[in-house]
Amino acid sequence: MISPGLRRSVLRTRRDAGFLAAGVLPHLGLIPVWSWGVATTARTGNWPLALPTSVAVILLGVPVLTAVQRARHRALLGVVLPRPTPAPEQQRSWAAAARWLRAPRTWGQLGYHLLLGPVLAVSELLVLMALPVGLAGATCSAWAWELPVEVREEWFGDTTQLPCYTLGGLVLLCAIPWAAGAAARGESRAAMALLGPSSAQQLRERVDELDQSRTGLIEAVDAERRRIERDLHDGTQQRLVSLAVNLGLAMATQPDLPAGAREALAGAHLEAKQAIEELNDLVRGLHPAVLEDRGLDAALSGLAARAPLPVRLRVDLEQRAAPAVESVAYFVVSEALTNVTKHARATRAEVTVRRVGKVLRVNITDDGLGGADACAGTGLSGLAKRVGSIDGTLQVSSPIGGPTTVTAELPCER
Amino acid sequence: MRAVIAEDSVLLRVGLVKVLEMGGFQVATEAGDGEALLAAVAEHRPELALVDVRMPPGFTDEGVRAAVEIRRRWPGTAVVLLSQYVEERYAAELLSTNTGGVGYLLKQRVADVAEFVAAVRRVAEGGTALDPQVVSQLLLRRDLDLDPLKRLTPRERDVLGVMAEGRSNAGIAQALVVSESAVAKHINNIFAKLDLPTADADHRRVLAVLRFLAASGT
Repeated sequence: MISPGLRRSVLRTRRDAGFLAAGVLPHLGLIPVWSWGVATTARTGNWPLALPTSVAVILLGVPVLTAVQRARHRALLGVVLPRPTPAPEQQRSWAAAARWLRAPRTWGQLGYHLLLGPVLAVSELLVLMALPVGLAGATCSAWAWELPVEVREEWFGDTTQLPCYTLGGLVLLCAIPWAAGAAARGESRAAMALLGPSSAQQLRERVDELDQSRTGLIEAVDAERRRIERDLHDGTQQRLVSLAVNLGLAMATQPDLPAGAREALAGAHLEAKQAIEELNDLVRGLHPAVLEDRGLDAALSGLAARAPLPVRLRVDLEQRAAPAVESVAYFVVSEALTNVTKHARATRAEVTVRRVGKVLRVNITDDGLGGADACAGTGLSGLAKRVGSIDGTLQVSSPIGGPTTVTAELPCER
Repeated sequence: MRAVIAEDSVLLRVGLVKVLEMGGFQVATEAGDGEALLAAVAEHRPELALVDVRMPPGFTDEGVRAAVEIRRRWPGTAVVLLSQYVEERYAAELLSTNTGGVGYLLKQRVADVAEFVAAVRRVAEGGTALDPQVVSQLLLRRDLDLDPLKRLTPRERDVLGVMAEGRSNAGIAQALVVSESAVAKHINNIFAKLDLPTADADHRRVLAVLRFLAASGT
């Protein structure tokens, strides 16, 4: 009966030992080539032949050995060494070769295989040798007596030393799991550092990845918003309008209905019309078709026109911005004008949209009370989040007594 | 009078047919998109086309484009645009050539059957029908700009607003609950303040409305 802890320890040691054993050959793989090159050069002085040959073999061998190490780590230790970013184009050309040679990763790999490899191989051999040596030592008190006297004296000298060897062997056996684990961990750490991408590069890749996924998410949300708008516009709104039309027709074509029925009909008619108004306001905020179709200028003039206070609008754009940017700009103006109407007690507002370099600047000013707080109002903080989603910035200046200015700067090129 | 209807929602199309027939129109055919509408107008040469702004395939402004095309090719055909939302830009585009025989109304106005039929009839007879929502929006915007409209009194602006919807003097009097003679007086003041020449009275009405729309920021 073995305790689970011991069982785990044995299994882990077996795994680590297997991993280390598999490392010896690949770690020594370049040594013969390298030493052949150096030795031939030293012996014959024929460096123009020997050196380039060995260098070429080494350069060709490095990617192969790296692949072997990657496979070894994954298969035997379950450690996945992240691949350095592959070159954008995979064709074989001198330029690509030169780029490969210049890359810091290449030198890291060379260092790993040429310099660190032999050291690792030695440590692997030492750990692997510990098992037979430890076994021999631990049991020597038992079998040493079977040896011929001369041999025993030659190996162990005085037989009083035998218990010391036994003790040493036992200690060695106990140390094997720890040593094997430490060696395996150390190796995978070194491989991670020298064979994988650098942490700066990993970070850069992660940022790129996140950036892409965020862009995708924003586009998906935008598309969803458009889809909902279309569904409502082509479905629910039309049905409601049709309902209101039929009710209107009923009232127009049945003039001599009883008073009660007439009243109910009129009530339903009114309700339907109000529902249409409400739905219109709601759907309108999602993503107006006119924005997609005629751009910011037209869509914003619709917004400005619908505002219950006079809004002066200036849109100064030579070309249209990306759909996501237009969508955010529209949302900013829409929300800001809603805020102005609800809270500012303003008599007029001014909206300007301008392209300044690579930035779309959206500016909404009113002559109201001021005192708007970007942190307090959920409207303004939601606005800031929406602007932030495309790396834009939102500034709100609203001293008590007014005026309030909301400025959003939206990057147009990334 | 013959009419064609372009509207992709079948449900609403059925309602529109009924409403028009109730108003004494004869619906020659129905179309579901801009192309079909142009073909229908070419074939039937109706007096009126009732057009939804958003239609397949793009669901953006197909109706506006088709309407402008109809006005260009067959100037005698009256066009009424129907839309869920009033977009100034579309209204201005439609009205840029001629304010006679065009209308731009919110879809929900169809529900007020009698008023809607009256508006459509007005357009079919060469008049104008602008949704009160468009008009009120344009009036609001007008406050800001330096233009002769500023010289108008609020009452005169009200009158101009209702006139822009396309109503006659009687209609204006009814809408604003004043006498027709008062309306006539206001209209004369408007013409004077907008420096419109004393030519044909109907023509001046259109000019006043145009002046009113021209500054709408197109």
